[in-house]
Amino acid sequence: MPELNTSSLPDLIFSILFFFMIVTSMREEEVKIEYKLPQGTNLSKIERKTAVVNIYVGSPSKQYAQYGTGSRIQLNDRFAEVKEVRSFVENERNNMRQADQAVMKVALKVDQNVQMGILTDVKMELRHARALSLMYSADERNKQ
Amino acid sequence: MGKSKRKVPGINASSTADISFILLIFFLVVTSMNSSTGLNVRLPEPPEDEELQDPPKIKKRNSLIVLVNMENEIMITQGEKPPYQIDVDELRQLAKEFISNDENRVDYPEKHAEDIVFEDKGVEHVLPSGRQQMVTSKHVISLQTHRGTNYNTYFEVSQALYGAYDELRDELAKKEFGKPYKNLDEVQQMLCRLYYKTMISEAEPHKIGG
Repeated sequence: MPELNTSSLPDLIFSILFFFMIVTSMREEEVKIEYKLPQGTNLSKIERKTAVVNIYVGSPSKQYAQYGTGSRIQLNDRFAEVKEVRSFVENERNNMRQADQAVMKVALKVDQNVQMGILTDVKMELRHARALSLMYSADERNKQ
Repeated sequence: MGKSKRKVPGINASSTADISFILLIFFLVVTSMNSSTGLNVRLPEPPEDEELQDPPKIKKRNSLIVLVNMENEIMITQGEKPPYQIDVDELRQLAKEFISNDENRVDYPEKHAEDIVFEDKGVEHVLPSGRQQMVTSKHVISLQTHRGTNYNTYFEVSQALYGAYDELRDELAKKEFGKPYKNLDEVQQMLCRLYYKTMISEAEPHKIGG
């Protein structure tokens, strides 16, 4: 019986490897907030990941308990106050490519149990920063 | 320099497959191909002089006020009717009936003729059933919350309201083009969106009272 020629196997694996290397986006920011997203149906997907700014709202996770247990905002890698949101978003927008700036979207990753007060303040700041396109991040509800 | 033809021993490459397998598995594990999903909303323009602006007069029949209070109950005030409480599923149904006003009820938004035209590169597009359509574009859904309202409830209410528009556009798409909204091209989707314009206004939350 002739043996199976496996000399092209490494090449094959390499191309799969390259695919994953390109697709992989290492998580660039450490999430210091614990959040459980609300669930929904018929959700839309984000088309352009490079045009997205993430804002997290929730209570600090266990290892950051010194920041309290109330609802906090996380911008990039740090906890922030409501009034910092505006300059943060404007800054992020300026760092984007021109094509992305026009379609910039703010993804609000907000914990289910957050009260609306803090979120309304954030939204007001976003309006002042003229970041009007929002997305309330949510998970697709599993249909049983 | 040896001039004699020396045979170069080939490198044993049989393990490259294993090495790349390990790398592959590493990247497989690390990769987070999470396509983030969510509910798209659009905020209104920033307020300029809030004190100076008079709120535009809205006829009672054209307004649907959805208030989510601190106990996460949904209170509806529509037209002349006294406020009443409903749940999320009922809200979606009510919103659909309110927005479309299919039965031409006098307590739901008035219908009036409007040109539904979308101009794209100098070409005017209209719906197959004609340029002039009877729409309820003067209606306003006002979504109000308290500072203590739970985000989860707020999200579900928003989804019900935005979902009502989506369902109506889907119905319109089936009627006009014979296929669901998501299968339409961009121009057709735009026409459906113009027919049912999203008119959700979010007021500042009430600071006092429950």
